[in-house]
This record gives sequence, structure tokens and C-alpha cells, in this order.
Amino acid sequence: MLLDGLVLGFMYALIALGYTMVYGVLEFINFAHSEIFVLGAFVGVEVLFLLQEAGHLAVLHPAFVLSLVIAAGMLISGLAAMALERVAYRPLQGSPRLVALISAIGASFFLQDALRLFESLWRNTFYLNYPSLDVLDQLLPLATNLAVPVKSLMVIVTALLSLAGLHYFVNRTRIGTAIRAVAQDPETASLMGIPVNRVIALTFFVGGAMGGLAGVLFGLHYSLVNPYSGFAPGIKAFTAAVLGGIGNIPGAMLGGMVLGLLEAFAASYLSLLTDGAFGAEYKDVFAFLVLIMILIFRPRGLLGETVREGRA
Amino acid sequence: MRASVASFGLLTYIAASCVLAFVFPQSVLAFLLVEASLLLLCYVPAPLKIKVYLAALVLLVLIPFLGTFNGYYLEVAIQIGIYVALALGLNIVVGFVGLLNLGFVAFYAIGAYLWAIFGSPQANAFIPGGFFPLSANWFFLFLMFSIAAGALTGTLLGLPVLRLRGDYLAIVTLGFAEVVRAVINNLDKPINITNGPKGIAPIAKPPLFFKPWLEFFGLEVAESTLYPLYFYFLVLLLVLLIILVTRRLEDSRLGRAWKAIREDELAAAAMGVPVVRMKLFAFAVGASFASAVGVLFAAKQVFINPESFTFMESIGVLAMVILGGMGSIPGAILGATGVTILNLQLLKGLSLWLNGLRQSGAELTLPLLGSYSLSQLPAQFEPAKYERMVFGLILILMMIFRPQGVLPPRRDQRR
Repeated sequence: MLLDGLVLGFMYALIALGYTMVYGVLEFINFAHSEIFVLGAFVGVEVLFLLQEAGHLAVLHPAFVLSLVIAAGMLISGLAAMALERVAYRPLQGSPRLVALISAIGASFFLQDALRLFESLWRNTFYLNYPSLDVLDQLLPLATNLAVPVKSLMVIVTALLSLAGLHYFVNRTRIGTAIRAVAQDPETASLMGIPVNRVIALTFFVGGAMGGLAGVLFGLHYSLVNPYSGFAPGIKAFTAAVLGGIGNIPGAMLGGMVLGLLEAFAASYLSLLTDGAFGAEYKDVFAFLVLIMILIFRPRGLLGETVREGRA
Repeated sequence: MRASVASFGLLTYIAASCVLAFVFPQSVLAFLLVEASLLLLCYVPAPLKIKVYLAALVLLVLIPFLGTFNGYYLEVAIQIGIYVALALGLNIVVGFVGLLNLGFVAFYAIGAYLWAIFGSPQANAFIPGGFFPLSANWFFLFLMFSIAAGALTGTLLGLPVLRLRGDYLAIVTLGFAEVVRAVINNLDKPINITNGPKGIAPIAKPPLFFKPWLEFFGLEVAESTLYPLYFYFLVLLLVLLIILVTRRLEDSRLGRAWKAIREDELAAAAMGVPVVRMKLFAFAVGASFASAVGVLFAAKQVFINPESFTFMESIGVLAMVILGGMGSIPGAILGATGVTILNLQLLKGLSLWLNGLRQSGAELTLPLLGSYSLSQLPAQFEPAKYERMVFGLILILMMIFRPQGVLPPRRDQRR
């Protein structure tokens, strides 16, 4: 159960990064990020299907297959996020924040059905099952009475690696510095010769790639995907981003972990605590309540810096 | 001269479209033409009096008349009415005050479940004594109750969240709606209040209090034709009431305070507008409209379950308001009508047509692309199921190209 919590937590953390990075740069909620996440899951399953149909799935080394799937998911999700920014958000720069939010909601709905349309025409169904990879279903004995499923371990290791990579990228490289500069003050950044629009697009790419990675991991771990499965994880990841302090990258990671663990514990203990009156089916409600509570009592989040008072 | 020509032209148009709809009872297009006559009414340069008479003719006589011959028309008209009422309610919150409420459907659900629980045997599950279902006569009382319940929940939600900034408010209202839906979905235990995902049926219909009068005039109408007509007129009445209330509110002290908040919250506060209280009022009024419509919806559907109150419904109503123009009453009406027609008639029509093609198994020969057997069209491809895509497109395109909507409020002319 602790493990479930960790897996969930890392997934939320990965998705939350997309929300938080975009919020940091543009100060608006990229509502369609949950669809970028689902897109990653679909790319993953399609790549696996293609490999399977070509008969390579059984032959190739599983580690190679996994990295291929993950790379494809990240690339396509990242590109999709960039395209989304170009089409649905850039024309709205400078307009009130709610306008962009409404456009983002529209984009989210549009993408859900676009995915469904594509899969319907392509496979004649839009509920897809990941082909099973034998390696992932094995248990890895860590101690005498403790065995860990390989797939959970894979999620945790991949997520840790990419979070570390992202941290390095944002804090230690020139491009990362540019992203942080734009997040702090786009106008000054542009005066300093930073191509703001390109940096924004890049932010979307990185955030989208993280979302896509989360999508692939989600698919590999839970194996069933449909175009609408992004909504709940999306909202929870947003909660995680807010919990950690939106716009704050370590905050998003922390928030994701806290929320994932809370949810896993709530799912298993809620019914014990209330004598079976309220069971695990309330775990979604629980996440929303956390969100509402934080927004009301501590909108800055756990690691929050004071949020700039933007134009409302 | 011009006016009389226009009025005459209108009358001819209405007559022609009605004859068409009557002659081709299955045709979606014919009924669309009838509906378009109402839109035309707004734009033709005819005296107001004639326009009102013509509108009354269409709404009170022609649509019910066509509806008795083809129940589907009436069903569409009722749906349009319900969405118009919802859009008008959301228009107050989003349009007048500028608060993005993504959880509007929650209030609709509360109203619907209020009548569903007490107007069906469901309430027996937690109130002993076997009083339920309440007799149909309670319906109108519950319509009143629902207004109070909507206002109450609207205020309760508003109290904590209205201090939040715009986009956070949107997410919290979304969360609220999801919480309401999850609670309804799971409140079949420990005590069975909502019957969970299975939903509630049968829900009592409103009372036929006028039946003796009809019989007095010697009219014997079967209940199956009477009820749709009855619902149609109830919805029409409710919509008219809501329009009346909204118009009165718009020009009142309250309405002006709302718009001041929308334009500039700080300035409004500085001018002495009690911002939080005014926002609460807006939440309460919008919620009570939605809740009242919910009661009507439950009574019409006879069966409801939590599936009718998803996030998509909220976004659908939002798309209607945005399409028509935020803060504009005619806009909300037009938007709701347009989107509902699109969903119920155009997309369904397209689906049926595609199904027909699929079954006919004809070959489609395209130059350069070769031929394609239409029976190979994937069965999953049904335009009627792509409402989300429609809503999404409406939202994005409107925001990019015309954020003020198709019929923006005429606020400059009044100053």
C-alpha cells in the first residue's frame, strides 16, 4: 500500500510538473494537460501494438522496448503540447486569464474526442489494453517476506531519474535559466535577449514530455486506457501542484508524493475509520476536499513563494 | 411599407416551414426551419407588436401543434427550453459577474434529486412510515423548495470560495460539482438516500390539475400526448419567468453592482459595492434557477441517475453561454438553442445518415483514392457521440476569434 502510494505519488508528481511549469511561465491553468498525459498513454500502447504486429515484441530486449515506448510517448506528447500552445494559447496572450482558461478547457474536451475519433477509425475501439510484458508482471523479492512488483519499481525508478534530470535541466543549464527568467518576468527577460515565445514553447514541450512519460507509465502500470481516463489524474495532479505551491518545481514533486500517499492511505483506511460507512469510493472526493482546503487556507501551498498578484 | 412587407414575408416563411414540417414529419431540416423562424423574428424590421404576436403564434400554437403529430419535435423543444433556462442561470454568474463557475451542474443535480427522492418511493428507504411517493400535487411546492435549496447551496459554496481568484475559483467549483456527483453516486450506503449509480425511478410527474377543465370542454386527450405538451408549456413558462427575472435584475442596483465587479473588482469595492455579498447573490440566483430546472427535468425524465450530471453538462452550458455572448440574455438563449439543436438534431441526423450508408454497403469511388466500401466505416464512428468535440471547438474558436460572443450585450447603447 505504501508502494501504491509511491507509484501514484510519482505519477502525480510527473503530471503536476506540466501544470506547474506552464503556470510558472504563463500564469494560467493548462487544463488540457490531462489530455497530453492520456496522449502519452495512447502513444505507448500504439507503439507496443505496432511492435507486436511486426512480431518484434517477443524478440527485443524488454529494456529496449520500454525505453523506446517511453521515448516515443515523451516526444509525441511534448510536440502535442507545443502545438496546443501555438494553436490555442498563443493567440490569446495578453487577454484576461479566464479567456485562456476557457480556451484550455475547450482544448481539453476537443482532444479527448479527437483521440477517440482517431482510435475509433484506426482500431474501431477506444478502450485499449496494453499488451502484457512478462517482465513487468514479475515480483522482485527484496527481502525474505517482501516482494515488489517490477512494474511499480520501474515507475519509481523512471520517475526518479526524470525528476532528477529535470531538476538539473532547469537549474543548471542555460536554457533552464532562460525558463526561470521568463517565469520571473517575461518583459525583462525579453529585454535581456531571451526569445520569450520560444522559451514558452520549450516549457510546453518539457511539461508535455513529462506528462507523456507519466501517461506511458500509467498505461504500463494499470494497462487500461481510454480517452477520458485523464480527467481524474489531471485534476489530482493539479491539486498536487497547488499543494506544493504552484509555479514551484520541487513543490510539485513534493505535492505529488504527499497527495499520492494520502490517497492510498485514504483508500485503505477510510472504511476502517468510519466503520465501513464511507469506503474507498470516496478517495476522489478526498482529493478534491484537499484541493478546496488548500486553496482556501493556504493558497501558496506547502513550499509556496508568495504568488505574484497578477491581473485578474 | 417596408415593415408590412417584412411582416408578411415572415408570416409566409412561418407558414411554409410549418407546412413542410407537417408534410415531412421525419425531416430534421423542416423542423430546423420552423425553429429558425424565431431567430428570424429578432432581426426582421417589423413592428414590435407584430413580432410578439408572431412569436406567440409559433411558440404557443405551431410548435405544440406540430408536436402532437411528432413527439420528437416536442422533445427537442423541451430540451431546448431546459438548456435555455440553465444557460440563463449560468449567464448571471459567468456573464454578469465574471466568475467562471465550472460546477453549475451540481445545482441542477441538487434540484433534480430533491424531487426525485421525495417524488418516488425512494424516500421510504430512510424515512419510515410509507408516506412516499408524495402525490403529484406536491410538485409545485417542491419547485419552490428547490429554489430555496439552490439558493442555500449556492450561498454555502460561495461563502468559502468567493475570496479566491478567478482561475482557482473555477477549479474549486469544478471540484465541488465532482464532490456532489461522487456523493450522489455513493450515498446508497450506509443509508440509501440516492440509490447510487442505479438511479431513481419512477419519479412522479406534475399534477394534471387542468384535466377537469379539458373534460368540461369535451376534450378527451390521452395522457401520453398530454404530458409532453404539458411539459412543453411548463418549461416555456419557466423560461419566460427566468427571462423576466433576469431582465429585471440586470437593470437593478444588484445588476449594476455585478457588472461593476466584472469590469473592475477593486474599483467596485472602492466605490462601496459590497463585493463578496454581491457575488454571493449571483451564486444564489444562478443556483436557484438551475435547481428549479432540475426539478422539472427529474419530473420529465421519470428516471434519473448521476450520469446525467457530469462535468460535460457544465461545460456544455458554459459553451452555450460563451457562444451566445457572456452577459447577454438573447445571447444565452440563442447559444442554448443553437448548441442543443446541433447536438440533438444535426449530429443525430448525421449519425443516422451514416448508419444508413453503412447498411446500404454502397461503394464510394473517389478519383485518385480508389473505391471504398461504405460498409467498412467503423461502427464506432458516430457523430452524435462527439459532443465534447463540439463543445471544445466552440470554446476555443470563440475565445480566439470572438470572445464577446455572437450576440454581445449592448452595453454602449444604453449609456
